[in-house]
Amino acid sequence: MMNLQAVRAIYLFEMSRTRRTLLQSIVSPVISTSLYFVVFGAAIGSRITQIEGISYGAFIVPGLIMLTLLQQSVTNASFGIYFPRFVGTIYEILSAPISFLEIVTGYVGAAASKSIIVGLIILATAFFFVPLRIDHPVWMIAFLVLTAVTFCLFGFIIGIWADGFEKLQVIPLLVITPLTFLGGSFYSINLLPPFWQKVALINPVVYLISGFRWSFYGISDVDVGVSLAMTCVFLLICLAIVGWIFKTGYRLRN
Amino acid sequence: MRLFATPGEWSFRLHAPVPPAVISIEGLSKTYASGFQALKDINLSIRRGEIFALLGPNGAGKTTLISIVCGIVNPSVGSVAVDGHDIRGEYRAARSKIGLVPQELTTDAFESVWNTVSFSRGLFGKRPNSAHIERVLKDLSLYEKKNDKIMTLSGGMKRRVMIAKALSHEPEILFLDEPSAGVDVSLRKDMWQLVRELRDSGVTIILTTHYIEEAEEMADRVGVMSKGELILVEDKTALMRKLGKKQLTLELSAPLAVVPASVGGYDIALANEGRELVYTYDTQAERTGITTLLEELKRAGVSFKDLRTTQSSLEDIFVDLTSR
Ligand SMILES: Nc1ncnc2c1ncn2[C@@H]1O[C@H](COP(=O)(O)OP(=O)(O)OP(=O)(O)O)[C@@H](O)[C@H]1O
Ligand SMILES: [Mg+2]
Repeated sequence: MMNLQAVRAIYLFEMSRTRRTLLQSIVSPVISTSLYFVVFGAAIGSRITQIEGISYGAFIVPGLIMLTLLQQSVTNASFGIYFPRFVGTIYEILSAPISFLEIVTGYVGAAASKSIIVGLIILATAFFFVPLRIDHPVWMIAFLVLTAVTFCLFGFIIGIWADGFEKLQVIPLLVITPLTFLGGSFYSINLLPPFWQKVALINPVVYLISGFRWSFYGISDVDVGVSLAMTCVFLLICLAIVGWIFKTGYRLRN
Repeated sequence: MRLFATPGEWSFRLHAPVPPAVISIEGLSKTYASGFQALKDINLSIRRGEIFALLGPNGAGKTTLISIVCGIVNPSVGSVAVDGHDIRGEYRAARSKIGLVPQELTTDAFESVWNTVSFSRGLFGKRPNSAHIERVLKDLSLYEKKNDKIMTLSGGMKRRVMIAKALSHEPEILFLDEPSAGVDVSLRKDMWQLVRELRDSGVTIILTTHYIEEAEEMADRVGVMSKGELILVEDKTALMRKLGKKQLTLELSAPLAVVPASVGGYDIALANEGRELVYTYDTQAERTGITTLLEELKRAGVSFKDLRTTQSSLEDIFVDLTSR
């Protein structure tokens, strides 16, 4: 029997925190995305006109959305669970009759909702700048949700592992951002020399962006099935770590 | 001093059913990740409906014990059952019965009083019930502040918000970890009143405190912890009777220069410039010796205007115990 009231309470509480900071949560990604369009779309786009038949401005949209989605997911989810640990209100969560699965569902659900909303807002913004088409809207949403949930879980783990604000910021800054930039947000990895193409395939973000871009234009760097499988593998790894945290009480009940 | 309980008392003790334990703690030990052992083989039963005061110096392990019962800290060894439900195997049933007011004031600074209290109720799996939340806030004189952000409240009000959160889900057992820390006298009195009302409505209350007067005033039973061990559990009145020294003070009609030789064998001393005679006796001793003392004094020609007795407080007892 799930304690659905508790999941609902955590979810709504987290969403109300988001609502309080609505302006910065939404305005800042819109502004930064617009800047990317101006800088990359206009400056580089004037040299590279097309990649695989897609105008450069349109080509970078899925990558841009992924870039923000990953950053937002990791940041929101890690902060969401780190903050109560930091101020001490976590005592109440730990003393409540709820399972770890319910805690995770509440926090990760809220964080993922927020990053999905931001992702959709960026998508809407993109329509103002470039002609877009979405060949597989259902898959587009599926990739969006799957990625958001996966990276929110990842962020949740970081939020439990971190014992200071530096650690909280280090992962998005030093890991997520470089991986996204190197993962083909702004180019097709097919444009890389063969050796670097192989290296790029170690980067999990390549699969996310490739799959997501396929849902827009039907073109991809790696097979869509592989993209989907890799995303699911990463999701399962995160779930396993979360399960381990639950079993051992790591950084929570010791 | 009576040597034996009256027959009525004996039969009461023999036939009254053993009160069922609402919390039973068996062989509980805790070693923190740092390697520090904060609890050593604690065994304790809390009776349904009682007010139990846990005393002990800083670092004795009171908060650790409470945190384990409430599910915040994992035990290392031993078991705890809340109303018959194991805190690990049946944590949902166990935890849903408990409300906790922690020692530290930790609140969601940016939330309103109403939201944070409603959130607590939801966490404990209860359907929203604004009538109940309203009643709790009114009982704690917080209702006018219900839409205020918590960070705008004073420390004492924040503590009341913590209590409101703990009561939001109608717990059967309430833990108050140092409820009086940083609370002024009038709020403390209000809180005691609230605690009594809760007890009268059937809630079991476990509180820790550094104010002995609080335990003395409120508790039915007292437990004393020291260095991770539970060194004593006793009915408060029995404890006071058992360990308390009593003093009989006689206000003399005429001052004396020396204690009369005929009563020299008693633990007796002059005080207040010879105007008072103070006799210290152990309430546990077979005979208090008061009758013979008074007879001896009469024979020695010492008369007195008035007399009074005083008994040592829990504080004296407590200092005596933990300094051993
Ligand atoms: N997370 C922790 N890791 C390591 N040691 C801890 C931890 N929490 C508490 N301790 C230690 O355990 C001991 C008991 O602490 P606890 O907080 O239970 O004491 P207490 O009786 O509540 O004290 P106080 O009256 O000051 O509140 C202390 O020595 C404390 O330093
Ligand atoms: Mg304490």
